[in-house]
Amino acid sequence: MSEKVGSGPLQRLDTRHRVDTGKPIRFTFDGKTYTGCAGDTLASALLANGVKRLGRSFKLHRPRGLLGAGREEPNALVQLESGGFDEPNARATLVPLYEGLKARGQNAWPSVERDVLALLGVLQRLLPASFYYKSMMWPSWRFYEGAVRRLAGLGKVPQARDAQQYHKRNLHCEVLVVGGGAAGLAAALAAAGSGLRVVLMDDQEEFGGSLLGENRFIGGRPAAEWIAATLQRLSAMADVILLPRTSVVAYYEHNFLAAVERVSNHRGPGADLRRARERLWRVRAAQVVIATGAIERPLVFADNDRPGIMLASAVQTYLNRYGVAAGRQVVVLTNNDSAYRTALELHAAGVQVAAVVDSRGDVNGPYQQALQDRRIPLLAGRMVRRVKGRREVRAVTLAEHLGGGKLGGDKETLTCDLVAVSGGWTPTVHLYSQAGGRLDFDAGKACFVPAGCAQAVAVAGAAKGEFGLRGCLAEGYRLGAAAARAAGAAQIADITAESCDDWPQAPLQAYWFTRDAAAEKQWLDFQYDVRVSDIELAWRENFVSVEHVKRYTTAGMSVDQGKTSNINALAVMAELSGRPIADVGTTRFRPPYHPATIGTFAGREVGEGYAPRLLLPAHSWHLAHGAVMEDMGWQRPQCYLRAGEDFDAAVRREVLAVRRSAGMFDGSPLGKIEVKGPDAATFLNRLYVNNAITVKVNAGRYGLMCNENGVVIDDGVFVRLADDHFMVHTTSGGAVRIYQWMEEWLQCEWLDLQVIVNNVTSQWANVTVSGPHARKVLQQLDSDIDFDAAAFPHMQFRRGSICGVEARVLRASFTGEISYEISVPARYGLGLWEAVYELGQAFDITPYGVESLMVLRMEKGYLHVGADTDGTTNPLDLGWAAPIDRKKDDFIGRRSLSRVNDLRRDRLQFVGIEAVQAQAPLPVGGHMVSCANPVLPEQTQGYLTSACISPTLKKSIGLGLVAGGRARMGEAIHIYADGNSVAAKIVSPTHYDAEGVRLNG
Amino acid sequence: MMQIECPWCGKRDEEEFTCAGQSHIQRPQNPRQNSDSEWASYLFERSNPKGVHLERWRHTFGCRQWFNLARHTVSHEILAVYPMGAAVPEHISTAGDGAVEEVVA
Repeated sequence: MSEKVGSGPLQRLDTRHRVDTGKPIRFTFDGKTYTGCAGDTLASALLANGVKRLGRSFKLHRPRGLLGAGREEPNALVQLESGGFDEPNARATLVPLYEGLKARGQNAWPSVERDVLALLGVLQRLLPASFYYKSMMWPSWRFYEGAVRRLAGLGKVPQARDAQQYHKRNLHCEVLVVGGGAAGLAAALAAAGSGLRVVLMDDQEEFGGSLLGENRFIGGRPAAEWIAATLQRLSAMADVILLPRTSVVAYYEHNFLAAVERVSNHRGPGADLRRARERLWRVRAAQVVIATGAIERPLVFADNDRPGIMLASAVQTYLNRYGVAAGRQVVVLTNNDSAYRTALELHAAGVQVAAVVDSRGDVNGPYQQALQDRRIPLLAGRMVRRVKGRREVRAVTLAEHLGGGKLGGDKETLTCDLVAVSGGWTPTVHLYSQAGGRLDFDAGKACFVPAGCAQAVAVAGAAKGEFGLRGCLAEGYRLGAAAARAAGAAQIADITAESCDDWPQAPLQAYWFTRDAAAEKQWLDFQYDVRVSDIELAWRENFVSVEHVKRYTTAGMSVDQGKTSNINALAVMAELSGRPIADVGTTRFRPPYHPATIGTFAGREVGEGYAPRLLLPAHSWHLAHGAVMEDMGWQRPQCYLRAGEDFDAAVRREVLAVRRSAGMFDGSPLGKIEVKGPDAATFLNRLYVNNAITVKVNAGRYGLMCNENGVVIDDGVFVRLADDHFMVHTTSGGAVRIYQWMEEWLQCEWLDLQVIVNNVTSQWANVTVSGPHARKVLQQLDSDIDFDAAAFPHMQFRRGSICGVEARVLRASFTGEISYEISVPARYGLGLWEAVYELGQAFDITPYGVESLMVLRMEKGYLHVGADTDGTTNPLDLGWAAPIDRKKDDFIGRRSLSRVNDLRRDRLQFVGIEAVQAQAPLPVGGHMVSCANPVLPEQTQGYLTSACISPTLKKSIGLGLVAGGRARMGEAIHIYADGNSVAAKIVSPTHYDAEGVRLNG
Repeated sequence: MMQIECPWCGKRDEEEFTCAGQSHIQRPQNPRQNSDSEWASYLFERSNPKGVHLERWRHTFGCRQWFNLARHTVSHEILAVYPMGAAVPEHISTAGDGAVEEVVA
């Protein structure tokens, strides 16, 4: 008896729906143009146009139609628009239609209708859960990765820069109500009007929740009138904020919630780009009422994923809200009473209902009576055994349901083009779970319900398992008022819930899957193609914990996060392992409840807004003189390019200029921390590896700092300005970190020390003059400081006036040449720079950048903490045993240096490396190995940390960490990287001027 | 995201603060007299209770001051904020079994 049901575009029904048929909207899907109406979603418009297949499944490329009508939709994922408006994985059910909308089906080629990859369905037995891990191990996963990545995946990642902007706002309120359905509106109304700030957020295009898709009555009048009246009262109140199109996606500690408002998404690329597309609301609420409703579950039977099998609530919503009959001849398949309303409303709208098929054998209540009154056939004690139709449902064959998913003999075959299914309801408890709330399994309602939370949150309505409309209103009113009272409202009147058209409901019959049907044909997670057979496999392999089941089978891990599948999947596991569902439990929900764009969380913190640029006082001068800038926290010149010169040539020229005559360097970012107080010397003596007590006033000392684990964390020269006053120079990148390190010890451990510390890094600009003629350059300056070699030796400090400005000069060197670090207040930084440059012209003074400095310090073998050291390097590895022995006092990390491991002779030690061939570049990061052609895996003996072709020495040199390196001077070694090795030998780190003649000159 | 009562600045969002883990860890007076295992205990051994945890926090993007905080690791309830160097307030009991008291919605 399977005659074919007529196909072709469906008509808009002449019922009381919420779309405006007078306002047509043109849009395209997969290249074809269609017309919908204002108020449509992309899904309802496609359905009205008779488009039945909207997507292909993730793994097996099965044709898929709509299952749902809202946020729960797993199948109808589309790629919206293109270019700067490209958006993958948009749910067609959540995309409001706008003029010119363009969407494409995903995961299909060439189109959703004709997808060649559907051939994969033939191989489905070879593609169970975990097939990646089991079958793609030889020769390696990388061998398969490319092909798998092309085949799998849903939408395509947008390539163009997002053309739209995103904003963020903070919101503080006493009562936040999440969800604007019956319970949420009631809660907001009850809480409002007492002077408290009440915020109502709802994620749909308009308030009303599931009432928008139902044909219900409140107080004897259509629910739409109650919604309108309630909204009118709320919007008239000054302290109430109504935010539609706003999805609360995350619930964190102390009632902090994140919500995404879709400000102009519903206008598409035509929206005003000066306005935000989306806005992130960061909400802190004293009290939260969650009224997020419930999501219907599909029933699990063979081929239950065929296009034309749809949730009964979705069929109802398309009918009532959008005026679209999702089919012409409908079978309603259910295990509970709620789907009967769908049958009755379809019937009332003139759609033929072939039968209501109920898994329960013995049901007789007002719903069943209503079917009988309308002569709609009721087939009780039945379940679907077979679905006919591959690309869309054409008929279903029923069998007797013996209970517990077991089927008896075949019964009727019903011709149909739509099966409306209901397997019961799952309260939307995601946010509650995120808040830390516990969930209990309610066996009668076959769902998890809220069972206690430490945060100030209440749950109202269907989200709590209350499925009657009057009950939702009553709970909403009660909990709204309670939240307001808890938040301090004095005058809150109780509101009595209106009467509603609720009918007494017979108990639901839990139906989790069909025992007598092939397990690999019964779909649980439609989006990721997870079937009953996958759960069986997980069970057989002992992945029985619900957290393991989820990850092993990927059930609930797709973009819908298992909104329709989680409960069915864990119930199947419970049945298979013979445990109650309560014992299996549910996975902990984590944010976000619904996918949110990264743009929303980035907000304005992109591009120039990402982080402030730190500019040197002489920034403009550097730019005007060819500086190649790099963001190193500060914008710093790497080198200064002259006409016709490349980067390497500039570095060579600058290095040689410093060696031959004089160079100048902008050292302003050098860390400067003032340490002052009667205990300043004691304090520094505890921080530094070396002795700080014996440093004389106006002298500097190079020091190392360790953490308590004995690992070197910073180095630099500290200067004694007075008995009780020091200036600590840290590495340029370490100023803030070391400043915080000092504060931590002073505030947390040594509260008795009288010391204050202050980070003055950005208060002082620094010009460093270095080279054999550096002294002569400085002697040109108008200054009261005596720069004579005898009066101002190496590692000494002088204060005085330069060009009439207060200046601090330290003679310390990071180049190996005579160097003076001149610091002046930052506002004089540019002036000093220009003055030195002008006076230095007689000595051909050359500005040099950070890259040139790195070459200079490498030639000299000066350590760069963080580059030449790693998270294990201790002072002994750097050859500091002697100074440590000389120091009597304790210091941070000292005890760690006497541990067996810290004393090992084969530790990675700091050494110099020299290539055998003078022009062979050494690979930084390359590993030290014994032979030129190592057989991998080869034991590494350390690695190269810095390298350059030295312009001064005309050799290829480097620095590195080598096992037992200091005892291996002169030993041949190979440096291996990327399949090649370079022959080298271990040498002293001091490649240049080992005697220090030039430094002390 | 928690709200923390800074002793100097008042109630602020957690993102302004930095947590440095367990508090009340005294640096040994004379580390050279400590055995390796005593030193390792000071360096590495930390409690990880399901219950009240005494922690060090710094108001990094505010007054930069350190303080102690007693936090319940399950409910994130903050039971006390007290200065560095001060003793644990009397009403704080960390000896309990860590059971969480929950308010049923």
